[in-house]
Amino acid sequence: MVTMNTWIERQRALIDFSVANLGRRRGRNLGLFLAYTLLVFLLASVVLYGDALRREARLLLADAPELVVQRLAAGRHDLLPATWLEQVEGLRGVRGAEGRLWGYYFDPAVAANTTLLVPSASLSTSPPAPGQMVIGAALARARGLAVGDVLSLRGYDGKPYAFTLAGVLDADSELVSADLMQVNAADFRAFFGVDPGLYTDLVLRVANPREVRKVAEKVLQRLPGARVIAREEMRRTYEAAFNWRQGVLLTFLSTLMAAFALLAWDKASGLSAEERREIGILKAVGWETGDVLRMKLWEGALVSLCAFLAGYVLAWLHVFYADAPLFTAVLKGWSVLYPHFALAPRVDVAQIATLFFLTVLPFVAATVVPVWRAATLDPDEVMRE
Amino acid sequence: MIFQPAALALLLAASLNALLLLGSGVFALHLLRHWNPASGSERQIALERRTYLVGTLVGLSLLLGLPALALFAHNADAMAPFFTGAMCAVGSLKANVWGMPALLSMLAGFFLAAAWLVLNHLDGLGWNTPLIRGKYRLLLLLAPLALAQAVLLWLYYLNLNPEVITSCCGSLFGPASGGVAAEMAALPVATAMPLFFAGWLLTLAVGVGFLARGRFGRLFGLLAALHFPLALAAVVAFIAPYIYEQPNHHCPFCLLQAEHGYAGWVLYLPLFLGTAAGIGAGLAAAARADSLKVSAPRVAAGLTKVAVAALGVFGLAVLFYLRRSNLVM
Repeated sequence: MVTMNTWIERQRALIDFSVANLGRRRGRNLGLFLAYTLLVFLLASVVLYGDALRREARLLLADAPELVVQRLAAGRHDLLPATWLEQVEGLRGVRGAEGRLWGYYFDPAVAANTTLLVPSASLSTSPPAPGQMVIGAALARARGLAVGDVLSLRGYDGKPYAFTLAGVLDADSELVSADLMQVNAADFRAFFGVDPGLYTDLVLRVANPREVRKVAEKVLQRLPGARVIAREEMRRTYEAAFNWRQGVLLTFLSTLMAAFALLAWDKASGLSAEERREIGILKAVGWETGDVLRMKLWEGALVSLCAFLAGYVLAWLHVFYADAPLFTAVLKGWSVLYPHFALAPRVDVAQIATLFFLTVLPFVAATVVPVWRAATLDPDEVMRE
Repeated sequence: MIFQPAALALLLAASLNALLLLGSGVFALHLLRHWNPASGSERQIALERRTYLVGTLVGLSLLLGLPALALFAHNADAMAPFFTGAMCAVGSLKANVWGMPALLSMLAGFFLAAAWLVLNHLDGLGWNTPLIRGKYRLLLLLAPLALAQAVLLWLYYLNLNPEVITSCCGSLFGPASGGVAAEMAALPVATAMPLFFAGWLLTLAVGVGFLARGRFGRLFGLLAALHFPLALAAVVAFIAPYIYEQPNHHCPFCLLQAEHGYAGWVLYLPLFLGTAAGIGAGLAAAARADSLKVSAPRVAAGLTKVAVAALGVFGLAVLFYLRRSNLVM
């Protein structure tokens, strides 16, 4: 116990000394600290934002149907007949099947693609009344619409169709509903010219997750021209897409990491005459090489810790309170109508470890050799200079 | 697939680690050839100076080792949804042949680095650096291991293919598949439980005996090292099923997840610490140099205290989980 206490006391004294040392060379260390903080800030923004988006996508997909069945004609997605619905409804393991109606509409007023959709009958909310429409919050913002306004859209036949705005969708769901327009089935069919016996695609609910693959196989047996997409595949694709975007950004930022490592190496190896003399004096009054080494390592550790904390906190504010203006376009990947949504802040130990590896490690690797060089300076030689 | 922040971080860490330790390995060859404490030549002084650098580098490597191991396991767990059929880390690690070897190399690297640091510390305590040759021979083992670890990690992440159908932990540790893992799972509780507790008690008893009498220190180091695979086998054979309260769920990785109260961290952290300290204590007790007559036993006793405390916590945690469980096996 005694040795442990002396060890702690020793480290404490070294830390005290290091802090005083850092304080004395404030200007020089400030530059390094700022560059370090900036690096952590950029990398942490990418990681935090990407992770939050991934989590959001995962939460959204949790409620998605297990299977989506689409019809392919000449390799392209096509409308499917209602008879398909009857064919898959009775499959063992399928808890419910439903035909969906949705399509894209280019809105010249905001120069953006929007999605027209008939809300699912299984949801508690009833579809809009004839001639009425419910739209996403981003779209309402872009077009400056409020409930009760009339919105006129040009249908498939070139004629204008007028819809009264009955409501604006909850901002909570904005990640998916930003560009959404909800109408009822009859209006949808009239607007796009879709015959009553046709659907855009089918969704199947499967009660037992282990049966999803089997049900998908059976659907393909009955409907050879179909494409079946499992929810797990969608989730995987989302995760892979966000991972990929994050990774590409991080790879680009790694050039910055290399530049920073170079800076740190340069700062650590370019000792001033004063510092060299200082180390010489310390050794002359009885410090061992190991002590000087430890003091220098403590200096690096303190700078790292402060810069890491500062950068991480800044990135946190940037992502969760300022909507990450620096990386939105790359990471989110929406085209024109950007959803405006608040991501749920969360701390994740693995994420912090990842960031620590990505930022502190290059610094340590770059400075360890110069630090050792400084610590092994010959006191006699240095003081004679 | 390689484009994932955690994977990039691990690859960076492993590559830097390999680079630094390989440099140290080359230096070790040099030192073993030219080391001559009797000489006051320039080369000898340069060698002596450089030993400080190598000590720092291996220390960093050890400091990195455990978080890297944890991040690797955690990330493997997080990647499971990418692989059809994978439900936890085992599925991800089995997604190609490199996953498990990478994990094992990280485990070995951690314990070797810990052992090396104990030797390094002891060596610094003796006025004539009595252990320097043994220490640098060990480094010749550590450096290639670091390289292998980096190569395995690169191979693992580069060859990950999300479409591969992999075994989930249920089938790997179930009775259907062969191999070491299945045999550990197949150990009947009636054998595994007494075996584990006997081994645990014996290790602790020898440790306490060493603290009281100062004898059998080397035996304690050996037992602490042997206790590690025994403990892992016990986790797979009965501790994990008791925690999951499912007789057929043997996975040692699902324990790390939140839904099992992070039991894995409670078990593995003291186990790793205790094993590393125990091996170090054995090494310190085995040091036979005149200049270490006083300090080596002191270091050995200190490490033994840490090891006994940590392994004790591990065993008590196991007992706690067994008692809390509603499973009867």
